[in-house]
Amino acid sequence: MKALLAQTRSELTLSLRNGEQLLVNVAIPLLLLVFFSAVEVLPIPTGVEKRVDFLAPGIIALAVMSNAMVALAIGTGFERHYKVLKRLGSTPLGRGRWVLAKIGMVKILLILQIALIVITAFLLGWNPGGTPLLAIPAVVLGAFAFGGIGLLMAGTLRGTVTLALANGLYLLLLLLGGMIIPFSEMPGFFGTIGKVLPSGALSEVLQSCLRAGAEPAGSAWVVLGVWAVLAPLAAVKFFRWE
Amino acid sequence: MVSSASQPAIEVTDLTIRYGDRVAVNGLSFQAMPGQITALLGPNGAGKTSTVETLEGYRRPTAGSVRVLGLDPVTDHRQLVARIGVMLQSGGVATGMRPAEALHLFASYYDNPLNPDELLELVGLADLRSSTWRSMSGGEQQRLSLALALIGRPDVAFLDEPTAGIDPAGRQLIRRVIADLRDRGVAVLLTTHDLEEAEKLADHVVIIDHGVVLADGTPTELMRASQGDDVRFGAPSGLDVSSLGVRIGAVVTETSPGEYVVASAATPTMVAAITAWLAEMDLPLADLRAGRQRLEDVFLRLTADAAEPASEPAATRRRRSRR
Repeated sequence: MKALLAQTRSELTLSLRNGEQLLVNVAIPLLLLVFFSAVEVLPIPTGVEKRVDFLAPGIIALAVMSNAMVALAIGTGFERHYKVLKRLGSTPLGRGRWVLAKIGMVKILLILQIALIVITAFLLGWNPGGTPLLAIPAVVLGAFAFGGIGLLMAGTLRGTVTLALANGLYLLLLLLGGMIIPFSEMPGFFGTIGKVLPSGALSEVLQSCLRAGAEPAGSAWVVLGVWAVLAPLAAVKFFRWE
Repeated sequence: MVSSASQPAIEVTDLTIRYGDRVAVNGLSFQAMPGQITALLGPNGAGKTSTVETLEGYRRPTAGSVRVLGLDPVTDHRQLVARIGVMLQSGGVATGMRPAEALHLFASYYDNPLNPDELLELVGLADLRSSTWRSMSGGEQQRLSLALALIGRPDVAFLDEPTAGIDPAGRQLIRRVIADLRDRGVAVLLTTHDLEEAEKLADHVVIIDHGVVLADGTPTELMRASQGDDVRFGAPSGLDVSSLGVRIGAVVTETSPGEYVVASAATPTMVAAITAWLAEMDLPLADLRAGRQRLEDVFLRLTADAAEPASEPAATRRRRSRR
């Protein structure tokens, strides 16, 4: 227990000390939320009163993705590159506690980050509807899906490739994921792809939990659940420690 | 909690490691005892790292077996990691981490760790309060790695090239810490291609090349075993060895540029004759070893013999084995 706590604290400290990572994790989602709530450039679904009502759930989905996928992948990828994981392999910490510490780190960062987003959204006049409590399991499933993808990249690719791919994937999943641009505004083809992506599934689910009048997200829950199971399994199967 | 001194801490028996078609280690056997520093010595690519990583449980033997403290490094990994300390050749610490943080973190992994702050003092890093790993010099990183290998009070310490690329002061400090470990009964296995290091530090030297053991014994044994009836000296290359030979009445050969062997017992008369001839020619004498060879001579001869067919000139073989 002592080792797990120390490891989790260390992971957190290192993340918070890493400026680039904080930028991706915290600043970009907040910037997008404030900017696109204030500036009327992006389309919003019909029937939505305030822009922030649509944007807040999408930005929460984005925070889950940047934290659990991008930051985790890049951080772990470089730890693997610098033989940190190899070195840990010859200590009594063990893989189980290492994974738990990573999960703990992502969890704490996500709570802080989502709190920031929620506060900012309220300041922008957000009026959430739906069943907000369901957003919690949705975020957890999303974190497992994205965390699995992140560790899969970090555990199979070179550190620099992971860095590039994680950032590329971030942009792609952001644009196609219905996070800031609604599916209703995309050509059918993009929308179809978007809805089977983990980002699309998570934002659809979060819209249904947090916005009055959003479409029910039955199939999106299934898609999200499948990603949340398959991605971590793939990571476990293919992860190489050095 | 050191196992009894009669039991080897490390046992390698007929170890073979293959990577696809390439044989990295080929039927290697040796032992390392508690309270001794064993140096695994060999040129790059000799199979040192593969062997050590098998002992640390990072890879499985293709054939043969390894035991550390009587345990199988792969199947008994959990038990073993609590009792070993590992120093990798490079890396191993997150780039944003500070020395004290790393030591406190690693201390949390073990039941009865050393005091991180005292250890930091011991390796001379106590002043580096706010430096992160990425801003530390190579020598500082090596000293932190060594401290991390010691924090859990290991019974066996695996140190991979512990003083590679370190300034003389840092090297002294690391050697002192390693000697202390030995005195406290730890079995230290260090890999190195630094002969001076092995000669100064090791109680037991295992010379390997191409994955096989070439020699195994104390430095003194190794140097005595291969001691011939000869005098060796260093002087400018290209001396007229036949004229010297005629003068002193013994065969002289230049074994590598500037290294000479006189096939004669090292009598005071012989040594005097050699130095007199050099003095007449006004030539400097770099060094002179009568009877006792340096470990380097043993090492170069053994690895050269193993590397190439005997027909090649000695000088070529030596240069290759040095790589």
